[in-house]
Order: sequence, then structure tokens, then C-alpha cells
Amino acid sequence: MVAISPDETAQWDRAPRARRTTLMLAALLGLVSVFSLTVGAAGTSPWAVLADWLAGREIGLADRVVLFEIRLPRLAMGALVGASLAVSGAVMQGLFRNPLADPGLVGVSAGAGLGAIAAIVLGGLLPAGLAAALGYYAVPVAAFAGGWASTLVLYAISTRRGRTSVATMLLAGIALGALAGALSGILVYMADDAQLRDLTFWGLGSLAGATWAKLAAAAPLMILALACAPMLARGLNGLALGEAAANHIGIPVQRLKAVAILTVAGATGAAVAVSGGIGFVGIVVPHLLRLAIGPDHRFLLVNAALLGAALLILADVIARVIIAPAELPIGIVTATLGGPFFLWILLRKRGVLDL
Amino acid sequence: MIRVLAFALAALAALPAQADRVLSVGGSVTEIVYALGAGDRLVARDTTSTFPQAARDLPDVGYVRRLSPEGVLSVRPDLIIAEEGAGPPETIELLEAAAIPFVEIPDGYDGAAVLAKIAAVAKALEMPEQGAALGAEVQAALDATASAAADTPPRRVLFVMSVQGGRILAAGRDTAANGIIAMAGAQNAVTEFEGYKPLTDEAVTRAAPDAILMMVREGAEDLADQVLAHPAIRTTPAGRTGALVQMDGLYLLGFGPRTAQAARDLSRALADLEG
Repeated sequence: MVAISPDETAQWDRAPRARRTTLMLAALLGLVSVFSLTVGAAGTSPWAVLADWLAGREIGLADRVVLFEIRLPRLAMGALVGASLAVSGAVMQGLFRNPLADPGLVGVSAGAGLGAIAAIVLGGLLPAGLAAALGYYAVPVAAFAGGWASTLVLYAISTRRGRTSVATMLLAGIALGALAGALSGILVYMADDAQLRDLTFWGLGSLAGATWAKLAAAAPLMILALACAPMLARGLNGLALGEAAANHIGIPVQRLKAVAILTVAGATGAAVAVSGGIGFVGIVVPHLLRLAIGPDHRFLLVNAALLGAALLILADVIARVIIAPAELPIGIVTATLGGPFFLWILLRKRGVLDL
Repeated sequence: MIRVLAFALAALAALPAQADRVLSVGGSVTEIVYALGAGDRLVARDTTSTFPQAARDLPDVGYVRRLSPEGVLSVRPDLIIAEEGAGPPETIELLEAAAIPFVEIPDGYDGAAVLAKIAAVAKALEMPEQGAALGAEVQAALDATASAAADTPPRRVLFVMSVQGGRILAAGRDTAANGIIAMAGAQNAVTEFEGYKPLTDEAVTRAAPDAILMMVREGAEDLADQVLAHPAIRTTPAGRTGALVQMDGLYLLGFGPRTAQAARDLSRALADLEG
């Protein structure tokens, strides 16, 4: 028998460290946000604008557009999309008890991709009235609808007699993904040159299209999903023991699964709809945090939201300025910087993190 | 003070003052701007504007369909001339919000379209005389090309965009390639579909082109040998005689001021092949 003294358990209690991390990440998010407002191709300075405003001087039209119509909605969009992707990733990894899980597993990405491709290629076939009403929202609306539809189909397939089988969901997700890929392939074949370009760029993701109107449509859903996520924390912690054990300790596993899947579909669906395919954030952010603060979802989810938001805002700043006045798709930035960094972390912590 | 300034600005706007910070978007549009002698009024261009050489020295605001709103504003343009399809629409909307005049130039793949482009660009730049002069010059070149083309026997030409994994990506109807082949007095060997699509080997054989037409891209691998060695191409008249013409992409497919010349060059190159 080994006697464990209170000192030794205190050493393993990661809560204080996690709380410190939360504070640090919140500060980082604040810093990065201010930074993203101050840099950009146009050279507009928010401080100068603020000084003008305080002094009652008129703010130039160009400065006003750059600051309030371009950088500010982009910042808000980056924060929400980053937080949504990172939290969705953490929830999926908890739900599937698999470190490789990402929102793609519940069919959101494949469905959203198919929706977006369909809107880009077949958009011209819409009745003129509907096309005019949708305007350039056709692609985000179709992506969102596609993401949700495929998640609901997947959920229906893998739920029998009120019980959702995670394993069935995983396999059906692969089948559905292949089907969506095939349908996308048909549409790609039909697409003309310009549409192919649009498809490629959509797949690489960008926050360049962030407008207040888009934000007003997508933000409520992302905020709702982000607000729901912390409520899943205890259940996901219990689920780490296995489904049966979680049931025994009183966790309503079926309800947990349903809420988790809807949360992920909502957050990721909205994020992908407004920003295209931004890979990597959903899988890397939760892993980085697990290395730093451990796997407790009570801390993991909040910190994932903060780190995801900060990282995506930073990636967007790089995307905007690195080849200014042109800009890079943000998916390229997240993957080129994130990939090697994540590998380096894995190599250093190989012993700790046995995947 | 502000009111005085506003009056001064309004007075300036009322005058036929020329925009002198112009952003040109689209390879053919930029070519026309230079051909009109207004190159010195350009402050930036897009990625597809690579001719003349002077255009390459201008800042690049990105790909024509993916313009970044802040990037465009950062070059402080007072006029944007863009080819049809420039975007995305979100960016165009923001540029309108920033009160920057935006002129869209219609696109098309024949001689009339080139003249319409020149007229539209000249109008946007407020250079009617230069526009008329360039238009007349291009019209004369187009007429010369057309009469030369009428004398040459129509050959079947297959435009090969690329060879990916052994598949020939060919130009069908409603493409710039189709347009320039017609202007050169030849015939597009593929008319079954619109746009650029991969052809099966049998379709290549059935198309039976007398000549292959391809683009040369700087820095890109030369695909000519690969195309002529392609098993399906080898069954065609073009493959047997090794009849292949390569021309610069923007020159051949840009439908700008040099198009009449390009069609003439193509026509001659096709005639030379027969020897």
C-alpha cells in the first residue's frame, strides 16, 4: 500500500495551472486583437482615428471603411471561427475518445464542402429571384445547409432504439464523406475555369469576405454553440472512462452525445460557411492545451476557445500582410506554420504523449 | 474650413479631371491601358497583368477573382478598371462603400469584343481620342487578319491546356482558345462541350486534329514532347506529322490589343506546319 500525502496530490492538481493558463490566454487574445486592428496593407492607424474622433475631427472615408468595415468584422469573425473550430475539435476528441477526431468526422466538412461547391457551380441555375435574394450569401448558406444535412443524416444512421453508436458514426461518416466527395467530383467536372479557381480558394479558407451582415447571420449560432460547450465538460470527462462506466456514474450519455454533435455541427457549420475550409486549428489547439494543462474538459474547452481565437486572428494578420497588397488564403498560413510547430512539440514530448 | 474643402472637392469632381491613380485588374485591361499610353497613371495591377514588362513592376493586389479589400484600398486608387468577373463581390461592395469608382469591362472572345473592351477602357480613362485611334488601329489589324484567314484552308486545331496524368485537357466551345482558333481561320477540333475539359483517348482520336496548339508558360515545364508522345495524339494527323504550335498564354488568349497579331501569327504558324 502506498500512502499519498496531501502534498503529493497537490502536485498533480492541475487546476491552478489551468486557471493561470486561462488568464494568460485571455491576455494573449486581447493583445492579438489590438495588434490585428493596427496592422494591415492600408496603413490606417486606429490610434490616429481614435484621436481624431476624440478631438471631434471628421474621420476620412477610407480610414473609416478600413477600420470599421474591413478590420473590425474580420477580427470578430476570426475570433469566433477560431474559437468554434478549436472547441469543436476538443469536443469531438472527447466524444470519440480519439486524439485524431475532428469535426470532419460528423460529416460537417464534407457536407459543407459539397454545399459550397454546388452553390458555386450550380448557382447560375437558381431562379433569378432567389439568386438575387441570396446574392453572395448563396455559398455560405449552401455550405451551412450541407454541413447540417450531412450531420443529421449521419446521426439518424447511427442511432438505433435511442442509442447512438459512436463506432457506426465513424464508419458511416467515412462512407458519407466518400459519397460527398464523389458528388463534388461530378460538380468539379462540370465547373468552368473561373468556378474551379473559386472552388480551390474556398477550400483554402479566408476571412477576407467578413462583413457585418455575414457576421450577424453566423455569430449567434457560433456564440450559442460556444456557450453550450462548457456544459458538456463534466460529461466528456466521465466519457473518458468508457460509455458504460460513464453511464454508471450517472452521466446521461445519450443526451450528451446528441448535444455534443449538435454543438459541433452548429459551431463548425457556421464557421466553415463564412470562412471556407480552415484546417488544422480543430486538431492542434486541443492537443497543445492537453500537453500544457492536462485533459480535464472543464479547463480544456474554455482554453481551447481562447487559444483558437488568438491563433486564428494571428494567422489572419499574417495572411493579410505577408504579400500585401495581395493576400494569402488563411488555410495555407495555419498549415505551414502550425504543421511544423506541432511536429516539433510531438517530437519533444514523445514520451509524454503516447498516441 | 471643411466646408471650403468640400466645395473645392465638389468643384474638382465637376471638372473633367482625369483619375491619375488607376488600378487595373485583368491582363487584357492592363494591356489596353498601356496601349492607350496611360501606363503612367497606373498605381497597381492584379496577378494576371503581366504585359508589358512595365506592368510587372507595379504592386500586385492579388488574383483577379480574389482581390483583398484592404490591399486594394492600400494603393489608394481613384479609379478601378476591372475585367468582367473580378471579385469577390464582398470586396467590390466594400470598394463601393469607400466611394472608389469601379468600372467593369465586358469580356468576349472575338474581334468585336476586343474593340468593345478598348472603347470601354478609353471611356473610363476619359481618353476618347486615343481610344478612337487605338480602336481604328486594332480594327485595321483585325480586318487584315480576317482577309488573310479567309484565304487559308480551315484546319482542325486541338487546343491542349495541359496533360495531367496522361489526360489531355482540351478547349471546347465558348473559350478564348476557341475564339482565337476561329480568328486564325482554323477550326476547333472539339465542339462537343463548353469550357476546358479532359478528353478520353478515343475522343482525341475522333477529333482528328491537323495541329495541336499549346501555351508556353515561363518557368513551367515544356509539355510539347509529352503531348506529341501521347498514345492518343499519335493516332491523329497532328501526331503523325508532329504539327504543334506553342504561343505565349496572355498573347494568345488575352483578347487585348495584340489579339489580331496573335491570330495572324497563329494562322502563319499553322500554314508553315504544312510546309
